[in-house]
Amino acid sequence: MHRSVAALIEDAREHQLSLPEVVIRSEMAESGRPREEIRERIARTLAVMRGAIEEGLQGDMRSPSGLTGGRAARLHAHGPRLLGETVTAILARAVGTLEVNAAMGLIVAAPTAGAAGVLPAILASASDILDADDERLVDAMLVAGGVGGVIAHRASLAGAAGGCQAETGSAAAMGAAAVTWLGGGTHDQVSTSIALSLQGMLGLICDPIGGLVEIPCIYRNASAAMQALAAAEMALAGLDFPVPADEVIDVMGEVGRKMPVAYRETAQGGLAATPSARRLVQIQPTRSPSGISR
Amino acid sequence: MIGLFDILGPVMVGPSSSHTAGACRLGLIARAILGRTPEHATIQLHGSFAATGEGHGTQRAIVGGLLGLPPDDLRLRRAFEEAEHSGMEYAFRTVDLGEDVHPNTAVLEVRSGDERLTIQGTSIGGGQVEVSRIDDFPVSLGGDYDTLVLAAHDRPGTIATISSVFAESGVNLATMRVDRTGRHKEALMTIELDAPISDQALERIRSFDWVIWARTIEKIA
Repeated sequence: MHRSVAALIEDAREHQLSLPEVVIRSEMAESGRPREEIRERIARTLAVMRGAIEEGLQGDMRSPSGLTGGRAARLHAHGPRLLGETVTAILARAVGTLEVNAAMGLIVAAPTAGAAGVLPAILASASDILDADDERLVDAMLVAGGVGGVIAHRASLAGAAGGCQAETGSAAAMGAAAVTWLGGGTHDQVSTSIALSLQGMLGLICDPIGGLVEIPCIYRNASAAMQALAAAEMALAGLDFPVPADEVIDVMGEVGRKMPVAYRETAQGGLAATPSARRLVQIQPTRSPSGISR
Repeated sequence: MIGLFDILGPVMVGPSSSHTAGACRLGLIARAILGRTPEHATIQLHGSFAATGEGHGTQRAIVGGLLGLPPDDLRLRRAFEEAEHSGMEYAFRTVDLGEDVHPNTAVLEVRSGDERLTIQGTSIGGGQVEVSRIDDFPVSLGGDYDTLVLAAHDRPGTIATISSVFAESGVNLATMRVDRTGRHKEALMTIELDAPISDQALERIRSFDWVIWARTIEKIA
């Protein structure tokens, strides 16, 4: 995997290759696996993402804690009032995937289980808008994977190490790059979309109620997916950002290292430590999700 | 080294790579070392595993792993029912192994017939695990290689003999670790390999009079 976004792009320019091609060649060289095997495995991964979205929107599942389940279906049924079809669908898909995750459903931890809703939501919606076929989506996932590799090297993908910015923030950067590439963005625009998405996630703490990957995670996935889409839109329009992607990633790593341990997936601070959260996790698990007003 | 599918994956049953997928792998490794589904398992949970295991499905994941269900098998959801179906009994305990022990740690005592085995393992993140103790032996194995674990009477020349078996069968050693309880007492060898070991090679190793027992652990994808 590449150690910087700059190196990824440099590789593409120097050898006149697309970004997905750079990433797959690097993976072929490092893993020794043939091209088709890698693409096929990504396609299977994509199928799991779609399955989770489908299951999430049906809304039948509940997490063992009772904290989540059914919210994505509610949003989906409610439909758009303010945001339009696209963004509303992204929110419902991100929330739904995380609800499936919480209910011990099958998901893709891309890059982590806690951020598993972001990339599927963006890819599913981008394929609707841009009418992208599966081959193009596999390419887009390669771009996302390449960016995730850079972040894993330079900063972190783990909430315990760098807070939520390392999980949903990284997922947003991966998703922004994927969809900017899908939208026909230049190398520089892809790079800008990474910087733009991640700068908006900097400092985000990981403070899950009861230490469970549920609340606020399902909503953080939704907002990260929106952040990614907004960054891609702005990058495709030619808006720039003065700090390059690699430096923004480095800042994310630095903020994570300096983040107090209470805000790094320990459930000792933030939302997890509020009186309401503490009351909530004392409640016996039920079959009915809390937090949904009827 | 991190690969593309560490970023775009793993595909797993939620909700947590450490508390669910990793917990399942610990069960799988204990099962693999025992060589079959246990008849009984006592599962001790430490730290965060004990505190948040319930909500993360950690207990189900470990039981599922002991039954041979991989981290992406949806039957993990109803692992307790699967255990009943398979006739595996289990019990959970909360244990305090001390502050120095990683919060995502479990001790699994499994038995089948006369065979008993205790492993201590930790879910170190991203679904990766490290088994740090097998019975009284400190070890270090992660299940991401085909692995041979053998207990032996500690005698000179045993490592050379084992190495020659692998050399003859053309299997490359990735890592080898030898731990012993005391000088000239029992030793435990943990050998991670680049390819599965053949049945013949395993039989050959078991035939040495200084080998107490030898088991293979298949690479867990």
